[in-house]
Amino acid sequence: MTIPNTFRAGPDEHGHFGIYGGRFVAETLMPLILEVEKAYNAAKADPDFQAEMTERLKQYVGRPNPLYFAERLTERLGGAKVYFKREELNHTGAHKINNCIGQILLARRMGKTRIIAETGAGQHGVATATVCALFDMPCVIYMGEVDIARQQPNVFRMKLLGAEVVSVTSGARTLKDAMNEALRDWVTNVADTYYLIGTVAGPHPYPTMVRDFQSVIGDEVRWQMQELEGRLPDSLVACVGGGSNAMGLFHPFLDDQGVKIVGVEAAGRGLDKGPDDHAASIAGGRPGVLHGNRTYLLQDEDGQILEGHSISAGLDYPGIGPEHAWLNDIGRVEYASATDQEALDAFQLCARTEGIIPALESAHALAEVVKRAPTLPKDHLMVMCLSGRGDKDIFTVANELGVKL
Amino acid sequence: MSETGRIARRFAALKAEGRAGLVTFITAGDPDHETCRAVLEGLPEAGADLIELGMPFTDPMADGPAIQAAGLRALKAGAKTKRVLELVADFRAKDQDTPVILMGYYNPIYSYGVERFLADAKAAGVDGLIVVDLPPEEDEELCIPALKAGVNFVRLATPTSDDARLPAVLKNTSGFVYYVSVAGITGAASASDAAVAEAVARLKRHTDLPVAVGFGIKSPEQAAAVARVADAAVVGSAIVSRVAANLGEDGVPKPRLVPDVLGFVRQLAAGVRGART
Ligand SMILES: Cc1ncc(COP(=O)(O)O)c(C=O)c1O
Repeated sequence: MTIPNTFRAGPDEHGHFGIYGGRFVAETLMPLILEVEKAYNAAKADPDFQAEMTERLKQYVGRPNPLYFAERLTERLGGAKVYFKREELNHTGAHKINNCIGQILLARRMGKTRIIAETGAGQHGVATATVCALFDMPCVIYMGEVDIARQQPNVFRMKLLGAEVVSVTSGARTLKDAMNEALRDWVTNVADTYYLIGTVAGPHPYPTMVRDFQSVIGDEVRWQMQELEGRLPDSLVACVGGGSNAMGLFHPFLDDQGVKIVGVEAAGRGLDKGPDDHAASIAGGRPGVLHGNRTYLLQDEDGQILEGHSISAGLDYPGIGPEHAWLNDIGRVEYASATDQEALDAFQLCARTEGIIPALESAHALAEVVKRAPTLPKDHLMVMCLSGRGDKDIFTVANELGVKL
Repeated sequence: MSETGRIARRFAALKAEGRAGLVTFITAGDPDHETCRAVLEGLPEAGADLIELGMPFTDPMADGPAIQAAGLRALKAGAKTKRVLELVADFRAKDQDTPVILMGYYNPIYSYGVERFLADAKAAGVDGLIVVDLPPEEDEELCIPALKAGVNFVRLATPTSDDARLPAVLKNTSGFVYYVSVAGITGAASASDAAVAEAVARLKRHTDLPVAVGFGIKSPEQAAAVARVADAAVVGSAIVSRVAANLGEDGVPKPRLVPDVLGFVRQLAAGVRGART
């Protein structure tokens, strides 16, 4: 494999990152996807669109959020100097809103009048319902029945915001099935509906567009670290479900060869347990085609998609964004994994040492920090994306700890 | 492109008879391999002119509840790509004339290996492929290799394929064009007769290939209405629902399943055959 002179030029005009990505959708959707691509390219080049985006992120989302030196955690781990990028302080409590602001502005620009989205943990659903309330658009959120049961607070939040939450009972009744159902809605309501995808997956141009909207994370880290330490960080760590918070942090640094980059997949009950016991597509999957793109997928030997498992509803997706698949193959990003138990331990550690209750998704990234930081020198600058806050997860965690609420 | 093969011969014969064809869809391996084989083998005699055999997939994004459920039943009963091809080969040993088109999603084929799949499908007696998630933008994946291997690649045209897009949709299509008459999933509402007639006329301005129309056809009357304006009517969810209706609480097929499903196909065929008289 030849190493390109930049890692930031992708995808090509067909939406390919190496062999990954593409536009594997039904003919009914193809014209819509081409329309989204055209509209996005025009918006990207439009200073008014960019200005409105910046203003909304500042006034409504609360950006920039801090790059915070986690001093007690750093002392505790006794190695690298650990910083948290505080995405959990955004309005709605996670990074998901960055992308939603961008896409709702695009949908409005395209003249669409109805928004649909899929959600796993409910963070993307809440963020979508939020921007739909703000822009006065009807909103339908597809959510697997299993996820609805384990993310009740977010389900109620979405309803308060005026969204209709549709319980998806097909297939495994989690995130992938919610995405199938959203696609089914979209092929049925092609004229007025915009599908607001919540991660760097789906057909081209979604992986690229969502990455661009999330890149504000890495862009801020760049100048914030410059202000704080006068240089670039040495390493970046983020959890990977579909991979949007990770792509947002990583992308601005891909060409800085000195920056070590690590994505963390969900190892569930353990990678060695069985194919349905984790959600680590890169560690335990192989290339296949699902939801509009080619990428690493959890699948059986006959190409049937497996369900995957993680304690975190936002990570148990059987695929991963195509750009991550490519970055893995080319060796620019290392993909590690953390088990349910490691994430639970990190969740509690973060609460007690830093006074921050992280999302279970983000706790996977923290578990990797806990493993890595002690082995590194004290002048090593490590940035972890604290992608969301953990209020939504307290019931799950209480249950795991055997506490009755 | 010169059209040889079973699909072209069948449409030429239908034309000579002055009638439209009936295309029946069933899911391979639903509700189990043996029952499916019995249904499949009875289809030509019941009046199916062409057969679409669905390849089960866990994530059928363009299918409604009936076909989703059929796929899950088949997977639960052990359906595999290899077993689907065995069904076709067994059928082909008894029937050399009725075209069989495999319909499904790309991942199981990609996982099997495109070259190997095409060789095995051809050897089993498969005549064409319909792969829902491979639009013309991805023709290099399977469409072009299929044409080279002598397997027709049947494309779906939809209400969103406008005049500007149709040439791209039709470019590498062979065998026939499958017009999906409503923007939506399988088994949903059907289009009006007038809308179908207009769409078929529009397609005919762009291609000489036969046009089959499907999505939402549930009764012999609806099939007859389509048969008046198109070269074939495709019925899927309604037949698959008939399979489901003949399963016990435990999912075990009732003894009447095969004759009941074939009886329904016979009614559909009567509708199609009587349409233009
Ligand atoms: C807080 C948080 N982090 C991470 C994720 C995983 O998504 P992604 O990999 O796209 O960032 C989610 C998804 O719901 C989330 O809520």
